[in-house]
Amino acid sequence: MDREALYVKLNEVFRDVFDDDSIVVCDTTTADDIEDWDSLEHINLVVAVEKKFGIKFNMGEVNNFKNVGEMVDAILLKI
Amino acid sequence: MIISSRKKNSEVYWQVIKELIYPFDADYIINKKKSIRRQLLENTSGMIKKKIAILGGYTTSNIKLILELFLLNYGIEPEFYESEYNQFYQDAVFDNPELDSFSPDIVYVCTSNRNIIHYPQMADTAERVNELLDLEYEKFKAVWEAIGKKYACPVIQNNFEYPIYRLLGNKDASDIHGKVNFINRLNIKFSEYAQSNDYFFICDINYISSDYGLKEWSDPFYWHMYKYAVNVNAIPYLAFNVANIIKSLFGKNLKGFVLDLDNTLWGGVIGDDGVDNIVIGPEESEGQVYSEFQRYLKEHKQIGVILNIDSKNDMENALAGLKHPDSELAEDDFIVIKANWDPKDANFKQIAAELNLSPESLLFIDDNPAERHIVSSQLQGVIAPEIGEPYQYLVNIDRGGYFEQTTYSKDDIKRNEMYQENKKRLELQASFDDYRDYLISLDMNAVIKRFEPVYMARIAQLTNKSNQFNLTTRRYTQPEIEAIAEKEDYITLYGKLADRFGDNGVVSVVIGRVDKDVCHIDLWLMSCRVLKRDMEFAMMDTLIHKCKERGINTVYGYYYPTAKNSMVRDFYLLQGFEKISEDESGNTSWRYNIGEKYTEKNSVIKVEE
Repeated sequence: MDREALYVKLNEVFRDVFDDDSIVVCDTTTADDIEDWDSLEHINLVVAVEKKFGIKFNMGEVNNFKNVGEMVDAILLKI
Repeated sequence: MIISSRKKNSEVYWQVIKELIYPFDADYIINKKKSIRRQLLENTSGMIKKKIAILGGYTTSNIKLILELFLLNYGIEPEFYESEYNQFYQDAVFDNPELDSFSPDIVYVCTSNRNIIHYPQMADTAERVNELLDLEYEKFKAVWEAIGKKYACPVIQNNFEYPIYRLLGNKDASDIHGKVNFINRLNIKFSEYAQSNDYFFICDINYISSDYGLKEWSDPFYWHMYKYAVNVNAIPYLAFNVANIIKSLFGKNLKGFVLDLDNTLWGGVIGDDGVDNIVIGPEESEGQVYSEFQRYLKEHKQIGVILNIDSKNDMENALAGLKHPDSELAEDDFIVIKANWDPKDANFKQIAAELNLSPESLLFIDDNPAERHIVSSQLQGVIAPEIGEPYQYLVNIDRGGYFEQTTYSKDDIKRNEMYQENKKRLELQASFDDYRDYLISLDMNAVIKRFEPVYMARIAQLTNKSNQFNLTTRRYTQPEIEAIAEKEDYITLYGKLADRFGDNGVVSVVIGRVDKDVCHIDLWLMSCRVLKRDMEFAMMDTLIHKCKERGINTVYGYYYPTAKNSMVRDFYLLQGFEKISEDESGNTSWRYNIGEKYTEKNSVIKVEE
């Protein structure tokens, strides 16, 4: 899967978890850009992303994603 | 998809969002919880509002969010109080003005084995291990007793899942130093507390976690990352179990089964294959599956769940199948049997009507998806779960929690007998021309008295379950009923009715609030199983006697219409009250002046007051 195709799927996850069909994420998107993205929702987001791509992040990754771009890098390495 | 929309002003029994009916897709619920919630909140009229405090030993945010979905689906609109992280002990035991003003209807203590602090060490003596056990137990008991004392409401407490490792291997279960052994003992102490305290209910995490798979349930990742002592993916199963306990406490259990026959209770089609060729009994594996399923259904009679049949068959064939020598279920295990060629939804409706129950209180079990669809789409709110392959029927129905037991009263055990007795009464009635002669022939005896401790569970259950013969449809928890029973300014009455065919148990409840020389009837309800027996007149006679003893000269009655209680619209008129007001929504108030001479209204029941 290339980066672009991955973003299409990732966007669906974000829209489900935050229940907002207007969300469009990109490499530089951070928690500050999405209103409901707090630490509790972060858990749900990670779980939903893992399910969608059939992967499992390790603890270091979950703790250290600086933006969506880094999350996408990690997903690309695992699929 | 909402497959049943709510009726205005009626109490929602279950909302029935398909995605929340077992077997559900947990991932879907987690991902879509916000949109599901939005859908559920579109119309909350007819829901009962309840305040639920979650006191957590770990992160509970998602548990709250998903519990809310299941409760809304059961027609319960929750408002939550959520403790800060791991503050369950402090929040309950110490002064807590915030929780006091919240005034919970239910407190859920959501803890796990991560909250056990004192495990035995290998060098500990047996006495020391006992001390540690008491230490842990007393900590939790202090929480429950503080809640019970301050809020007089039901407490739901997680017991403990097994530990994630076993230092002693298999011996962990048998050695007093083993964590498995320690947790088993602690769980038994929790259960014993539940056995002697009516307000206390166990959420059996020990079972749910093993059902889910302990290794997955207790995946340490979620604890270390987010301080969830349960795998986030398993939360729908936990929340569902808690919701089942709560819905049961508020009288929203289902009451019985409506069962198909061919390929549901036995294998094959009896009309085509003949009774000798249906698959049932110990000879072959498929037959064993159906036998086990029949035994499972039959066990439900012990908890008051009734069995009925809705089958496309000739009656003769249906009965022949039940007479099969290997059939676990026999004709007299069922209350209503409909076997004909009418559409199943029409028969289903008829069954509910004959039982005096609303259709949505009966669970439809059929192997055929088309029949399930027609019943659930034609009859608003009726649940027809997907039951899978024959060997999966049992587990798929069992995990649905439709008949979750909480306030289990003696009446539940006897319910099946009562329905059978009702059949005999109908036969007797047919032999009389004069209805009063029939009533006299029933040889009825009633006990009508002030609330007594042994009946509190049944009384609370009735206030939550009665919808039709219920003037104000006020719901009470058992602690609330107990509190009212002790107050001097209340006249409380329960009514028991027995006749020549059997004892109906407690069937009527009246609560009168006394204000100087006036009595306001806050609650008047009667079980539909004793309709048209003049029991309501016997109750009124006793109420008036009690009023006279207290020097009360005026009684006020109130009728609040719902979609289900139109049968009592003119109740007070028939009791000789005078209507004093009526508003636009049809709420009416009634007055009765007690004169010197009161003429007894009941003449067919012998009453003990």
